[in-house]
Amino acid sequence: MFKILKYSFSDLIRSRWSYVYFVFYLLLGFVLLFLNNNVSKAIITLLNVIIVLTPLIGTIFGVMYYYNSREFTELLLAQPLQRKQIFMGQYLGVAISLSLSLVLGLGIPFVMYGIFQSAAIFDFGLLIVVGAFLNFIFVAISYNIALSNENKIKGFGYAILMWLLLAVIYDGVFLISLVVLNDYPLDKMALFATMFNPIDLSRILILLKLDISALLGYTGAVFKDFFGTNLGLVISLCMLTLWVLLPVWRINMKIKKKDF
Amino acid sequence: MFYKSFIIALLFPLLSVASTIKVCKTCHQTTISSAIDLAQKGDTILIYKGTYKTHGLIIKKPLTIIGVDNPIIDGENKETIFTFKTDNFSVQNLTIINVGVSYTSDYSAILVYRSNHFLIINNTFKNVFFGLLIEKSHFGNIVNNIITSHAITESNSGNGIHLWHSSHMKIKGNKVSGLRDGIYFEFVKNSIISENISKNNVRYGLHFMFSNNNEYRNNTFENNGAGVAVMFSKHIKMYNNKFLYNWGTASYGLLLKEIYDAEIKNNTFQQNTIGLNIEGSTRINYTHNTFLRNGWAIKVRGACYQNIFKKNNFLYNAFDLSYNSNINSNLFENNFWSEYTGYDLDKNGIGDVPFRPVKLFSYIVNQTPETIVLLRSLFVDIINFSEKVSPVFTPDNLIDNTPLMKEIQ
Amino acid sequence: MIEIKNLHKSFNKLTVLDGLDLDFRSSGIFAILGPNGSGKTTLIKSILGMVVPEKGEILIDKVNILQQWTYRNDINYLPQIANFPSNLTVIELIKMVKNLRPKPASESELISTFELEPFLNKKLGNLSGGTKQKVNIVLTFMFDSNIIILDEPTTGLDPISLIRLKTIIQKEKDKGKTLLITTHIMSLVEEIADEIVFLLDGKIYFKGSIASLKEKTKENDLEHAIANLLQN
Repeated sequence: MFKILKYSFSDLIRSRWSYVYFVFYLLLGFVLLFLNNNVSKAIITLLNVIIVLTPLIGTIFGVMYYYNSREFTELLLAQPLQRKQIFMGQYLGVAISLSLSLVLGLGIPFVMYGIFQSAAIFDFGLLIVVGAFLNFIFVAISYNIALSNENKIKGFGYAILMWLLLAVIYDGVFLISLVVLNDYPLDKMALFATMFNPIDLSRILILLKLDISALLGYTGAVFKDFFGTNLGLVISLCMLTLWVLLPVWRINMKIKKKDF
Repeated sequence: MFYKSFIIALLFPLLSVASTIKVCKTCHQTTISSAIDLAQKGDTILIYKGTYKTHGLIIKKPLTIIGVDNPIIDGENKETIFTFKTDNFSVQNLTIINVGVSYTSDYSAILVYRSNHFLIINNTFKNVFFGLLIEKSHFGNIVNNIITSHAITESNSGNGIHLWHSSHMKIKGNKVSGLRDGIYFEFVKNSIISENISKNNVRYGLHFMFSNNNEYRNNTFENNGAGVAVMFSKHIKMYNNKFLYNWGTASYGLLLKEIYDAEIKNNTFQQNTIGLNIEGSTRINYTHNTFLRNGWAIKVRGACYQNIFKKNNFLYNAFDLSYNSNINSNLFENNFWSEYTGYDLDKNGIGDVPFRPVKLFSYIVNQTPETIVLLRSLFVDIINFSEKVSPVFTPDNLIDNTPLMKEIQ
Repeated sequence: MIEIKNLHKSFNKLTVLDGLDLDFRSSGIFAILGPNGSGKTTLIKSILGMVVPEKGEILIDKVNILQQWTYRNDINYLPQIANFPSNLTVIELIKMVKNLRPKPASESELISTFELEPFLNKKLGNLSGGTKQKVNIVLTFMFDSNIIILDEPTTGLDPISLIRLKTIIQKEKDKGKTLLITTHIMSLVEEIADEIVFLLDGKIYFKGSIASLKEKTKENDLEHAIANLLQN
């Protein structure tokens, strides 16, 4: 698996798109920190970028890499290698190279700015961790979609639709149902619904650090336990891990039966 | 210096006859109560190092009580330890511990009753029920004391510095933590409260009612159960105070209720659930305050008229402003809003596009509090944007027409 | 060597292999022929484990290889379309495939045979189709394996390279290897194949030498013989 990972990874880090992605984060980091000169503002802007863009890029890269390397995958399949090794290697190659673009792209400007001397180091660290989680989750989901759709256009379509669903539509339905069901106790439902969307989950995880003062404004005891203690942090991180493991598990199930 | 010369000046007429009484294990006087009995008007009692178990001391003559080498007065968790019913006294350098908790009487380390011109300075109070209880007294100075306790619930704890029906007090440089209310005023006038630090108290860091014409400067109120509450008072001034880290459902940096004609200037509200909560407050000027990373920078609950918000910084709050009514008669101008995205073509430092500080989402959260979990989600940004373009739910005239382009330093 | 028993495979509702029985007991060159969609590629891919059959078994040296993977160390495969990761260079790809297989490889002779030296440090994305096919051939023949499977090996090759390929195939046969080839070029079949397997509708329609096919169909020309098979 590590051989495949190594090759996928070295293939990807030399691709133009990885550079574009890396340079994008690099520029964003520099502009936010050195032009605006404000860590708080930078962190909030990054939150918005990371929870929207990282899933989108992860999705597109995942689908693109799968379809583009189909013939190469066939070449690998004819080698004495287990299918699992091949696909896990490729998956990790994509997810790790994307995460590296994120970590280095944002890390370099932040380190140069002196983040290690700043109190915002935890906020920043959490942003990076969440960004990496989102990469791993959305590459895995998009790999699932690609594996189930031989047709490239269809696969792309479903993948973008999935992103749109989780990034925007889910929250819309969520918000409307909370407003409509206003008369019922909703705190459990609100937290529950958050758990089922990795983007919401990541957002909450960052809010726990960034906007805890606002989150604690709500009366419910469930909220208080969740946000006021480390419970929220632990549960959210566990759920995010689950969000990585489930699609990865399904990839492994799917490839056992798949014809190439 | 000021306080010392003040006291000397007060005591000057008596100085010629005053004597000094020493209290220690090997002195003539081994107890504080015998020293008090012995002392004449204007005498000085020096209490030397050691632990003195005593309580229920009542002083009815002007005395100066000074601790030497940190003597400890242990009230053994019983009643009030010192009661002063005299003018012109002073208490310095004592450590007073263990005041008993009672549900019927307000036991305190020091009770001052109907006294004028006194000084309580450099004392340490530990494990007290009430720290200082000042009733119907005037022209007192309470300086550089440290008051700590272990309050857990509101019902079985007392206040740190509690003033009732008093005036012309100076409360300066005290540190109060672990009580019910750090500083509590009721019917207190013409007093100055400055440079105190009140934190980790169960209820309010500062709490006052019916207290007009007071000035609050350079105080820090941090991580108190419900922040600072200010009610039913007129003509108060609050300058350069810090309201920090007050988290919780009913927790405010500063709660104003029925306040008229106040000046609130140069204060910092940082990371509170609600920075400033105002209700029924009128003719208040808010200038040069900084609201940094609060849940709600300002919550306006209604019946607030003719308030002016000018030259304040609103920085990275989840919500800058929340309004529960559709009518607005308050003025917002020349503030800096970190969320402002307008431009300044004529380079006069003022944005060319007005800023709307109330977001649709803040309206939704008011209606359905659980929706707070969707804070900063893309969908919420989208609906906020649409409301910004064509306001439906938020007051139409609630606008800062002259938002600043740069943060006010 | 290779035994295939009662192999079934369908894609959605389309049955491609329908109870196929086949064995390649000896060494030599076997041409797998049949019209488009007759199941040639599916058969090859089943042997390689790339397609998962619904029923039946495939034995190589009497061991069932379905869901196994180590056996592929003894199979060389030339895929139909050579498309490689475009950011890798030729030499990197060769090194990589060598790295993936736990057996010695001799690529240098093949590289000089196909005159690939100038391309070694070029990225695969910048190569022409023919050059890619040459790289593909190098990757296939650089290992010493008992089974060699070639899917349309001549695609995009110039005449000189074609001659060189035929020489290599011949050499491998002489070493006692089993070669399975699918192609549409009948002259190639006639020139090198020892036996023909003719697939139609997922079943073996004919298996035997070219001579016996000609005899059976009473045609002198292979192309006509095949056409004859199809018409009947």
